[in-house]
Amino acid sequence: MKKVLLMILVSLLLVPFVFANGGKEEESKMVLNWNLGADPKTIDPGLNGASDGAHIDNNMFEGLVREQAGKIIPGIAESWNISDDGKTVTFKIRKDAKWSDGSNLTAHDFVYAWKRAIDPATGSEYSWIWEYTNVVGAMEAAYGDGPVDAVGVEAPDDYTLVVHLKNPTDYFVSLMSFFHFMPVKQSSVEAGPDGAWAKDPELAVSDGPYRLTSYTIGDGLTLEKNPYYWNADNVKIDVINVKFIDEASTAYTAYKSGEFDFLNDVPPSEVPRLIAEDPEFYIFPLLGTYYYNFNMNLDMWKDVRVRRAMALAIDREKICEVLAGGQVPAVGFVPPGFVDNEGRDFFETAGTYGFYKDSSGVAEAKKLMAEAGYPDGKGFPKFTLLYNTSEGHKLVAEMVQEMWKTNLGIECDLENQEWAVFQDTRSQGDYELARGGWITDFLDPMGLLAIFVTGNAYNDPKYSNPEYDALLDKANKTTGKEHYDALYAAQDILMKDLPVITVYHYTDTYLSSPPVKNWTRSQLGALDFSSAYVER
Amino acid sequence: MKNYFLKRFIYSLLTIILIATVTFFMMHSIPGGPFTREKPVPPEILKALNEKYHLDDPLIIQYFDYMKGLFTFDMGPSFSKIGTSVNDLIKAGFPITAFVGFLAVLLIIILGVPVGIISALRQNRPIDYFVMFMATLGVTIPSFVLATLYIYFIAGKLDLVPPFGLSTPVSYIGPVLALSGYSLSFVARLTRSSMLEVLRQDYIRTARANGLKELSVIGKHAMKNALIPVVTYLGPTIAALMTGSFVVERIFAIPGIGRYFVESVSNRDYTVIMGVTVLYAAFYVMMILLVDILYAVIDPRIKFEKESN
Repeated sequence: MKKVLLMILVSLLLVPFVFANGGKEEESKMVLNWNLGADPKTIDPGLNGASDGAHIDNNMFEGLVREQAGKIIPGIAESWNISDDGKTVTFKIRKDAKWSDGSNLTAHDFVYAWKRAIDPATGSEYSWIWEYTNVVGAMEAAYGDGPVDAVGVEAPDDYTLVVHLKNPTDYFVSLMSFFHFMPVKQSSVEAGPDGAWAKDPELAVSDGPYRLTSYTIGDGLTLEKNPYYWNADNVKIDVINVKFIDEASTAYTAYKSGEFDFLNDVPPSEVPRLIAEDPEFYIFPLLGTYYYNFNMNLDMWKDVRVRRAMALAIDREKICEVLAGGQVPAVGFVPPGFVDNEGRDFFETAGTYGFYKDSSGVAEAKKLMAEAGYPDGKGFPKFTLLYNTSEGHKLVAEMVQEMWKTNLGIECDLENQEWAVFQDTRSQGDYELARGGWITDFLDPMGLLAIFVTGNAYNDPKYSNPEYDALLDKANKTTGKEHYDALYAAQDILMKDLPVITVYHYTDTYLSSPPVKNWTRSQLGALDFSSAYVER
Repeated sequence: MKNYFLKRFIYSLLTIILIATVTFFMMHSIPGGPFTREKPVPPEILKALNEKYHLDDPLIIQYFDYMKGLFTFDMGPSFSKIGTSVNDLIKAGFPITAFVGFLAVLLIIILGVPVGIISALRQNRPIDYFVMFMATLGVTIPSFVLATLYIYFIAGKLDLVPPFGLSTPVSYIGPVLALSGYSLSFVARLTRSSMLEVLRQDYIRTARANGLKELSVIGKHAMKNALIPVVTYLGPTIAALMTGSFVVERIFAIPGIGRYFVESVSNRDYTVIMGVTVLYAAFYVMMILLVDILYAVIDPRIKFEKESN
């Protein structure tokens, strides 16, 4: 009797092994688990203005071209042709381009999408970018000063898209990779106004490597391979599970326990250790700059020697070390990563303007301050340094406050304001020295230098130099050597006039577990999983 | 009785309307708007956006438009999740938040009250000291510290629970503990001190002297009165717990409405601010009414007609 019972018991123990192969069936689908960080405000390419939306759009949609690490590859457009005078760009749309619902994608879809994005009635936060596209009539229409019908884009037939530019523009084609210029299907958009269609799996029709199959507000979304994508044969991942966990430490713990394969937001406190010991950690330059604005309308900043002294007296290398995110000390305003007409890096070629990455400039700074009439800072008024509330900004502000006190003998108070309040204060010019930050929206140094043109909406220091304006205008109308010569000259002027103190250039940090391969990103910072695969 | 309820109902409605009004004008008085985003939008585009959402109408018109919508339970579109209505946001998030809140309330009532009573009955014995020690910890340690430590050790190091979300039944443990931590401890202490107070009363001595069984003295006579302060505290607390905690939901990545309370303010998402505030106000007012009814049940000395507070 006991033996029989024992045998039954043992055979019962073997039962679970019958189901052991169950797991393997699920693994026949290639899955990527990705934490996006935040629930995007919108993923409608025409309405989006944020980086989280950009990451999704870059995988769900595709524009005329795709930009990967600076290289432009054909997207929905299989080829393009620029006229001799540079003012007409003709794109040939692939005949096999389709939407995720199986319908044909044509040049008319681009015309619709672009005009819709430009139209002020649509309320796109990003329509201001049309000013930099140089497309005829676009800027006027976006600002409500001209009819949308007058925009210089047309589709003479289903597979040809013709764009008319005001001036030849070198970076125009690469700009077409940006989410704002991705096509959207008219019937989808009209079915779910204000971008609601993009977040609804029933209505979302897209043209990229992946399509949306589920969206749960505040929780996450799912992307699945789009079988109608023209390059679907090369898309290896079947499902991307995207989560919206914005508490970086929680996401990091989840990554460590294998719940995530990819994070695009890493807790800053972990960064130094990750840089030192973790091959899964990646740092990429983000084409932007962290700086301080002088309020150029104030008397106290009138002497350029004072401004230059303050810019020289800070040790940028030390600041970057403390921030420990792989940031690059800045000298000029344009970060590394822009290539000029001769293939040289703009940042490397532009020179250092007599600035140093470390504290070598302190002696000169002291001299300048004395020359300006404030030896050892005596008599220089106390001022307030304003920044928006954040631990990181506080850290940098405290460091520069200390550096100025020690090196120049000048004192300042630190004040922080909540982001929206701060933006108001800063744009109204209600400050003495205020923190600023800018990231380019297109692959050209103009994306950074243009903000200092007189009257530009983002010209916070209220800087105005007609020579600078003229050079930026020239750069806007030219290409090649003339274009870059004008930009180099413009930065020269900017660094001579110093309406801002540049501090460092930004970086993007990612964690990617070893099984994830062949992922890439655009230089403007959007992740690209179109040719990625996961090898567990 | 009916008059009482009608009166209370009308007062409650007026209270909610008042709260909505004050919130509306207060939030419009802080600088910034829904479109002051990471990249400030050029003035012309800002104008177009404000026109589209009627944010450039005179404030009083916006107020009446909003209140009109509110009476038809239409809380408008969210400004920070464009294309999604506030109704949808709340419909999606509230059940999740409320369920976690409900579990927390259950825990507080099932654990906090009995533990407080036992502590009072065994005053100054080891069990009392232990309970008071734990309760003090619970009241003083901030919820985000509890939550983060929990995730780091129980989920990360020991791998006993999922590190985020509410996918499995065990994943509820962390959020419920973190959410209830403070109130659980507070209720335990409150029940204990209230019980101790009641046990000192003359009528308890009388009941005992009359030969009533101890269980009857405690269970029937002492407890009812001891619970009055607890019920008073629990009313608003339940309202707060059922509408979620920003900290707990953020750290455990729970897709509820708790986070909207804080996020909507920094985003200047006017409609979401109003939506969650009105929801919380309605809940709160309802709980206060329930508590008042409960008083009459617990303490026969309290009658509706004598409602003079």
